[in-house]
Amino acid sequence: MNNAENPPSLYAAQEPIFPRKVSGFFRTFKWWIMAVTLGIYYLTPWIRWDRGPNLPDQAVLIDLAGRRFYFFWIEIWPHEFYFVAGLLIMAGLGLFLFTSALGRVWCGYTCPQTVWTDLFILVERWIEGDRNARVRLWRAKWDAHKWRLRITKWLVWLLIAIATGGAWVFYFTDAPQLAVDLVTLNAHPVAYATIGALTATTFVFGGFMREQVCIYMCPWPRIQGAMMDEDTITVGYREWRGEPRGKKHEGTTGDCIDCMACVNVCPMGIDIRDGQQMECITCALCIDACDDIMNKIGKERGLIDYLALSDEPLERGGGKAKPVWKHILRPRTLVYTFLWSTIGLGLLFALFIRAEIDMTVSPVRNPTYVTMSDGSIRNAYDIRLRNKHGDDREFHMSLTSEEVLIIDLEGTDLVNVVVPANETKLQRVYVTARRGDPSATAARTDLRFWVEDVVSGERAHTNTVFNGKAADQ
Amino acid sequence: MDEPRYDEATKTYTTGHSYDGIEELNTPLPRWWLWSLYATIVWAVIYSIAYPAWPLVSTATAGFLGYSTRAEVAAEIARVEEANSELNTQLAAIELTTLKDNETLHQFAVSAGASVFANNCSQCHGSGAAGAVGYPNLLDDDWLWGGDIEAIALTVRHGIRNEQDEDARYSEMPAFGEQLEKDEIAALVAYVQSLSGLDHDTALIEQGAELFADNCTACHGDEGMGDRDQGAPNLTDSVWLYGSSDEVLTETIANSRFGVMPPWSPRLSDAQVNAVAAYVHQKGGGE
Repeated sequence: MNNAENPPSLYAAQEPIFPRKVSGFFRTFKWWIMAVTLGIYYLTPWIRWDRGPNLPDQAVLIDLAGRRFYFFWIEIWPHEFYFVAGLLIMAGLGLFLFTSALGRVWCGYTCPQTVWTDLFILVERWIEGDRNARVRLWRAKWDAHKWRLRITKWLVWLLIAIATGGAWVFYFTDAPQLAVDLVTLNAHPVAYATIGALTATTFVFGGFMREQVCIYMCPWPRIQGAMMDEDTITVGYREWRGEPRGKKHEGTTGDCIDCMACVNVCPMGIDIRDGQQMECITCALCIDACDDIMNKIGKERGLIDYLALSDEPLERGGGKAKPVWKHILRPRTLVYTFLWSTIGLGLLFALFIRAEIDMTVSPVRNPTYVTMSDGSIRNAYDIRLRNKHGDDREFHMSLTSEEVLIIDLEGTDLVNVVVPANETKLQRVYVTARRGDPSATAARTDLRFWVEDVVSGERAHTNTVFNGKAADQ
Repeated sequence: MDEPRYDEATKTYTTGHSYDGIEELNTPLPRWWLWSLYATIVWAVIYSIAYPAWPLVSTATAGFLGYSTRAEVAAEIARVEEANSELNTQLAAIELTTLKDNETLHQFAVSAGASVFANNCSQCHGSGAAGAVGYPNLLDDDWLWGGDIEAIALTVRHGIRNEQDEDARYSEMPAFGEQLEKDEIAALVAYVQSLSGLDHDTALIEQGAELFADNCTACHGDEGMGDRDQGAPNLTDSVWLYGSSDEVLTETIANSRFGVMPPWSPRLSDAQVNAVAAYVHQKGGGE
């Protein structure tokens, strides 16, 4: 035993946890979330989406080599990466919003670590039995029976882990083709290495590390602490109702009969009755467990419940808790909602005004201008045209200006350019001012480049300037 | 520092550190965390044996894997050269006038030519190929020795007016300061300026035209249009290699000019010569 003469070890072994099976509203809800999230993860790469002959037909594809991100009807090019940045900011703000309103719901319901651990515990229960059987097995000697159960469990875990790592790589290349390549051992080594690494992490994190990941490895719970306040709805124990706890025949008066149901179902191995604690991921399974007991002994449900700390004094005084919406609607959550939806609307707006024709103009400034043999002054511009369509497109290039300026294209006598499907083309464009014209002698003349799709008539423009002889002085 | 005490609520000892009454719990670290520390130490030891690591007096331990970043770069360069060897062979052998028809090869040539130019040509002609006084601007449409891609390649390969390459094209403008009087040179300057519409002393035109016909037309032509076979500049256009002021033209006529370009073959391979010719040709002035 620890005491001053016999100080505790600096290191602690992992306490084995054997969560008991539980049923109830939150457990059912969590099964559904598990089915939906895992379904999305495993099936998304297999959804097909027709984009035309020259583009991939995978609905969600992160084409790293081609630097394209396809998401159903949306195609993101590298210069539009702000969409991804915006989505990440929205994800962050969304987490802040949910955490300040509902505590660690991300951790409890949708975090991959939680979902996969839940799945692994399910497998564990199928093979080794429920809590009591697992405790017995853990204590048992390593005989043939124990080996058989353990190896079976590990094999099933391993299969899930391989499927998890395997599904990941399908997001990065054509899934059906990659599946064939993987099986015939023709896939790129990176694919196998990725699957191997993700298989290992899934197997170890879901099977063995479990709550250790949340408690010691994940930074997010620490950050979440700063998001929560006394109005945050979180899983808690109505200590004022439950205490003093104990068996009824012992003459205690609290509602808690100390049956340990809440402790036995906890995947984090804690006692929620000790109050808010760092380890709690608010998975709400203790609520289901306790409600079940309360039903059986004929007491009101909700001894363990989603509640806000600010309700405690009210309830202690015999009053009613404030309605949930009063907890949730407070300046903090409203600000988060406002920021979140503003960015969302901004991104949607940006998405809808995205031009089908896209060009960037970079004026050549080395040198600022060239004097031609006939005395005219010429500027060069590197114009990058992007064709986001699945077919080749022909663009007509022109310019408008208040002064006379002549446009020429490098490498062709025409002023039309063909940009291949789903590609960009860098075209050098020359603009010439005739000798003695105002544009030739002035320092700067404004001009506007136009590109027009020869077939559809769609057009786009970019403003730039022309440098004349006075630009040097 | 206080004595560590047992904290009932958390069932943990304190460290004894207490600041304004706030005590620090001595929560034990998970043991697997300790093992992960040991694992990184083992990893570090193996790594430092396998890879270059320990500094010695003038070098460092090489590591039993024999890895070096220099060798990696060399291998990378060799890999790229190997990958480009087919294109380079084609580029060295191609009839330059047909290069533009082969879009892939032309693009390859222009990209390769850009780095050849930056390494070898930009010192005189400028990084933007705009030239400098005495070094031709390669962006305009005025060419001393011809501006089609083959003429450019020829110029690059053998250079101009150099002693090293006997195929270098050669010409020499006489220094007229020894043959003509100062006022005659002034008249020539005025006439030459008039050819391209520059401001000039009109009183001297007649004398200048006569002198021009006697001394200059052999190379620069009757109309002053120049002669590319001799590298004689066109005097009627707006492009001036050394300048068009009275002082500069007087200097040019009196003392002559003698711009030299070194031969780039064999310093550059045939493929590199063709590449840089293609690059220069598509900079805006190519014919």
